[in-house]
Amino acid sequence: MSLNDAYILITACLVTVACAIPGCFLVLRKMTMFGDAISHAVLPGIVAAYMLSGNIGGWPMIFGATIIGLALTWIIEFIHKRMRVSADASIGISYTFLFALGLILVSAFTRQTDLDQDCVLYGEIALVPFDLGWLEIPRQIWIAGILDMLLIAIIVIGYRGFWISTFDPSYATVAGLSAVFWHYLLMAMVSLSTVTAFESVGAIMVVSLLSGPAATAALFSKSLTRMIYLAVIFGVVACIIAYAFAVYIDASIAGCIAVTNALTFALAALFKRVFGTTV
Amino acid sequence: MILGVLSDFFLLREPNLKLVVTGTILLCAIAGFVGCFTFLRKRSLSGDVVAHSVLPGICLAFILSGEKNSFVLMLGALITGLLSLGMMEWISRRRIARPDTALSLMLSGFFGLGIVLLTYIQHEGNAAQAGLDRFIFGKAASISSEDVSLIQITALGILVLVFVFKRGLYAISFDEEFARSSGFPIVILRTILSVCTVWVVTIGIQAVGAVLMAALLITPALAARFWTQSLNAMLALAAIFGAIAGYAGSFVSFSAPQMPTGPWIVVTATCIAGISMVLAPRRGILARWYIHRRNRLKIRNENILKLFYQIGEKSGQMQGRILKEDLLNYRAFKTEQLESGLKTLVQHDKLNHELESYSLSNRGLAEAQRIVRLHRLWELYLQKYLHLAPDHVHDDAEAIEHVITPEIEAQLELLLGNPSIDPHNTIIPPRR
Repeated sequence: MSLNDAYILITACLVTVACAIPGCFLVLRKMTMFGDAISHAVLPGIVAAYMLSGNIGGWPMIFGATIIGLALTWIIEFIHKRMRVSADASIGISYTFLFALGLILVSAFTRQTDLDQDCVLYGEIALVPFDLGWLEIPRQIWIAGILDMLLIAIIVIGYRGFWISTFDPSYATVAGLSAVFWHYLLMAMVSLSTVTAFESVGAIMVVSLLSGPAATAALFSKSLTRMIYLAVIFGVVACIIAYAFAVYIDASIAGCIAVTNALTFALAALFKRVFGTTV
Repeated sequence: MILGVLSDFFLLREPNLKLVVTGTILLCAIAGFVGCFTFLRKRSLSGDVVAHSVLPGICLAFILSGEKNSFVLMLGALITGLLSLGMMEWISRRRIARPDTALSLMLSGFFGLGIVLLTYIQHEGNAAQAGLDRFIFGKAASISSEDVSLIQITALGILVLVFVFKRGLYAISFDEEFARSSGFPIVILRTILSVCTVWVVTIGIQAVGAVLMAALLITPALAARFWTQSLNAMLALAAIFGAIAGYAGSFVSFSAPQMPTGPWIVVTATCIAGISMVLAPRRGILARWYIHRRNRLKIRNENILKLFYQIGEKSGQMQGRILKEDLLNYRAFKTEQLESGLKTLVQHDKLNHELESYSLSNRGLAEAQRIVRLHRLWELYLQKYLHLAPDHVHDDAEAIEHVITPEIEAQLELLLGNPSIDPHNTIIPPRR
């Protein structure tokens, strides 16, 4: 295994961790399609940040994407609650609109640059080792690593808030916690993970990373902490297997990760059915 | 020059342009039509899943057949599309995972598989594969005459299916349990809808791509829903909205060739939906805001009239003059609320305004009596039939007095036997 392989694998694992943790809360709150929506909708934010700052990646992009993620959350709530449209249609209309807007921006302003439609949808993690940052370590690893720390810090500090507002929203409200605040905080975190994953695995695979490991972990967990640990483990293992397979058949790494996540879930569900117990 | 472009477009002078535009319009219209059913069944996002999961089918069909024959590719797409829908239903029915998780797993798993196969094909270096990736982002400009005839067949087939199974499809769109108990073959009907959805998606992703296909199903249907209560009208409207969006999208990419068609179709459709949300009668934001405001003002004015009546009862002079300050002492109105209410009531000739004081006009007195009467009738009703204590009935009556219709009033009278005294031993004013 060369150094480049190691870099790619480390990036993939860091991105997986960044997605699997908020993913647990999305699965428990029955909101994984929010993850799908955000992962598409951040596109205009990324393009706008790119136009303003002139380079792809970095903090302006993260900032732009988080703003769009929160805006999307607000739009969905508005259409669902105020306009009384069913939740799934509200999600569908909002994110497709923002994604379409993003695609238009891409083709209007970034013709001659490296931000094209393909990289938007399925990123290219194979290019990670060629973009070195500080200490000759790829820039993506730095970004994903820092965001991982940040996300874990938020979860640890706000653990009780997330816990209560996830399992018993009405009790949370009675206890004086703002359900709205935790909802938006979670969405901001999902936006952060999305934009981290964006460059390396692309918009579609983010959905897989958000829902796959968490759904598998949910099959074998009775407590939240256990679910988070398991999700991280399942995600990382799937990543490693997927990478080996992708190199072997010479196909998209991001695609393989998504397939492996879905297969892991299928096998885990089968395992649970056959043996009927938890691991 | 601009005029030249416009007339070229509107008159569809070039045969190729005519092909692309008619194809796109027809496609968007039929997608809007089918979308109504998924929208009403609250399964809008399953269209999204189908749009993503046809990709592996297309790639597999290509690998197996080795050529880009639209018909063969479509067959592959149909198979994986239906497979993903079926698996999704099965996973959530067996409670292996919740519906939303099943949705995202299927979506990402199938699409991932599609990407893997696609990159595999591309790296194989088969020259025929070029253009296969148009299924991801869509390329309306590459619609061929063969595609247009496929779209026509699709449209015709779906129309026939919907027409033949009209009653059953309508029933399961609104209430599946009702349809089941009425003896409709639920499973068959569900399958028919699935086939329609997958069919239209398979055709559609060539024009707008996998990601935006969901919008073609959801957005026109959502917009149409705001304008009508009838399913027939909704189907027609959704098709029309879809067609307009398809037309606008093709126009933009015709006048600015570097612009993609699909995203512009979606943006146009969303604008139509946005306009509908604001302007539509009854359901739109403006209409709802207007109704809300009208009710609020009505309640406020009726409360003011009632206050005049109550003060009159105490003083014995029903149409006596009362100062604004006295009114404020009796009931906690906001000053500006009371002032604007008094002004409207004077304009409507229900109050007389002399110097600083106000008094009930004959019309005003009649209305005040009606409201007080409804209030007290309701209090009596609550006491008699719900056995509430006399000191517990006021608040409820305070709210309901504004909405009781003459028919309900007549029924109350009948039930209570034309009473004249309410639970607080005050007189119920007679009907005028």
